[in-house]
Amino acid sequence: MGLFDLSLRHKLPLWGGLLIVITALAIIGGNLVQTHENIKKNMLVRSEILGRSLAKTLYSAISQDDVWRAYEIINFPMRAEARQPSFQLEDFVVLDAANQVFISTASRQYPLQTKLDKLGPAFSQLKTRLEQNDGRMVIVESDKILLGIPLVADGVTLGTLVLVHPANYYQASFDRVLKRTAWTTLIVLLILLPISWYWGRRMASPLTLLAEYMGDLGQKLPAPLPDRIYPHSDELGRLFQVYGQMRRELAEKESIERQMMKSERLASLGRLTASIAHEINNPLGGLLTAVDTLKRHAAADPVLERVLPLLERGLNQIKDIVGALLVEAKAKGRALTGQDIEDVHTLLAQEAKKHGVEWGWDNTVRGEVPLPATLVRQVLINLALNAMQAAGNGGHVGVSAALAEGHLALVVNNDGRGITPELMEHLFEPFTGQNESGQGLGLWITHQIVEQLQGNIIVNSEAGLTRFCVTLPLGEEKWPPPSA
Amino acid sequence: MPQLRLRRVRDLLLPMVIFFSLILPARAVEPVRIGLTPTFLNERHALMADWRTYLERKMGRPVTFVLRDSYQETMELLHQQHIDVAWLCDCPHVTANPDFRLLATPLFQGRPYYRAYLIVPETDRATRGIFDLKGKVFAYTDPYSNVGYLVPRYEIKKSGVDPEHFFRRTFFTRSQRKAIEAVAVGVADAASVNSYIWETMHRQAPVLTGKTRIAARSQEYGFPPFVADHTFPLQDFRRLQQALIEMSDDARGREVLEKMNLNGFALPQPEIYRDVQDIVRYMKNN
Repeated sequence: MGLFDLSLRHKLPLWGGLLIVITALAIIGGNLVQTHENIKKNMLVRSEILGRSLAKTLYSAISQDDVWRAYEIINFPMRAEARQPSFQLEDFVVLDAANQVFISTASRQYPLQTKLDKLGPAFSQLKTRLEQNDGRMVIVESDKILLGIPLVADGVTLGTLVLVHPANYYQASFDRVLKRTAWTTLIVLLILLPISWYWGRRMASPLTLLAEYMGDLGQKLPAPLPDRIYPHSDELGRLFQVYGQMRRELAEKESIERQMMKSERLASLGRLTASIAHEINNPLGGLLTAVDTLKRHAAADPVLERVLPLLERGLNQIKDIVGALLVEAKAKGRALTGQDIEDVHTLLAQEAKKHGVEWGWDNTVRGEVPLPATLVRQVLINLALNAMQAAGNGGHVGVSAALAEGHLALVVNNDGRGITPELMEHLFEPFTGQNESGQGLGLWITHQIVEQLQGNIIVNSEAGLTRFCVTLPLGEEKWPPPSA
Repeated sequence: MPQLRLRRVRDLLLPMVIFFSLILPARAVEPVRIGLTPTFLNERHALMADWRTYLERKMGRPVTFVLRDSYQETMELLHQQHIDVAWLCDCPHVTANPDFRLLATPLFQGRPYYRAYLIVPETDRATRGIFDLKGKVFAYTDPYSNVGYLVPRYEIKKSGVDPEHFFRRTFFTRSQRKAIEAVAVGVADAASVNSYIWETMHRQAPVLTGKTRIAARSQEYGFPPFVADHTFPLQDFRRLQQALIEMSDDARGREVLEKMNLNGFALPQPEIYRDVQDIVRYMKNN
């Protein structure tokens, strides 16, 4: 994996840090170049000013051969208390007319009356230059940097004042600039690197997450991005917005598909059950009639007398089941009244006591409602019985019935064990019931009835509360039935 | 009533007039002017102020110190009566001058003598005497100085060598202190200095003297005395003499003497200056 394949999470802070370091280095470099030029210029200018101011008094000291006075003149600016940190002057050397040392601030290094060419390459060069030059300032750059100021009065040259500077005159200032800049850079780095690191992470981590989630696309629905992960509206922000939108649309589509599949399945199941029930119903009618005929007309035969009731009970049970499967909305009946709903309350009171359930009842329906009474009652009974079973001993069940905006709303809830997601998938299919006692047809029947009454049923089960909401549109045209 | 008041005023005024007539003339007298070459007192103004106050109190007269860098100039001042008394720490010419009277001799290390120290830089461990210094750079103090000029030249001359050509280079520093400095910083290879001044500087702060080494000590010479011009009134002469000699008798005087690194002052003995006068004479005649 190359450097450029690194995650943005690392790459962005690294780039930021690198840029800061490069900038700091560039600043240091620029500073040093600038410092070097400034120091040299300053040094020579200062030395020249100092030298020229000393030259006049030195001239009189030399003309009177007063070595000590000359020493005092040049020593004064060299004294420790007169020195400044940027003072780059190393020594003064005063030469007489014969270019020998008259006096210097370092007599051990430049003994009195020493000839110039014995003082090293810089002074040898100075000698040549002084011999060629006539009465003008001389600058020699060699192992030392020398500034020679002729001591001239009235056209007579009595000697030369030489200001000696070290060749590495810039070193001290360089070190200072370097140190200062290095500290500044370090401090800036300490401040900027965490910012750059944070910023890089801030930019990169949503992108990394996005890249990760996008990888899931095609296999499953990608996970949603955390809220306000990047609340700005730049390109990145728009990217996250578009992702969110795309994800929402995908989720919606999937949910619709799943819903459709579910109702499709229920519909075909309904059709299948209905046709099977019809197919069974026709011979069943004949069989029951035959059993009836046998009961009435057959001779008393002890075997028959024992078998016939058995046969009749079995056939009746089949009839019941088929009847249950074959939910007939068209069943004739009267319109629903508030009292019908109250009857359910009374009807189930015993059952509630048996299950040890505490139940709340809230019925606001009064008078006649244009819906088939039998079917609505059956729905309510089914749901309430299921809820009691789910709630169990000591549980709570709540039932409410109300009319609102052209609908009858029935809500049944319980705080018993919830409905698992797997069960929820197949909740309304026949024989999937979770109770051991029933046939597993209650919810199927409920669903069929609601379907036929063109209502809908919504189930949610979470946090210890399972709730069934049934909404049935009031059928103005059909109910009350024409006969009523 | 007015008469009574007048008498009262007169009674008050009279003693006051008498009092002021007694003290005012004393205040108005000319101060005693003492010329000094401030070599050893370099920048010790507090010490000079103490000494002056002490002398003024002792003599009951104001005292002025006149400071000059060179011996010659101080001598000129004395000659022209711009000063009454001079103390030239190292000048042989005052002791033989018939115009000047010896007033008092300082006592250094308990005796009225001092020496010439031949000093070389501390780094020079070889030099043992002046004859090791041939061809070197030598710092003289002053052409009127005894130990700083006459003594080394006398020694060279006595050995039959011309002191003018003995050294490679010579120069004058005008003061003992600066001669010591010239050797300490290496401008000169050697110098001959006053033992009293070297020792006093060494005691005060051995910054400069610590960088020098005493290569040789000369014989003793009479310590340069206070001299007065012959016009200086005898009464004042005696007063000053007494004040100086009695300095070691009281605590304040001893305090000042201690700071000056002297033990006291004594009546001058002209015979202790004979050696110096012999040297002067020798140098003049040869």
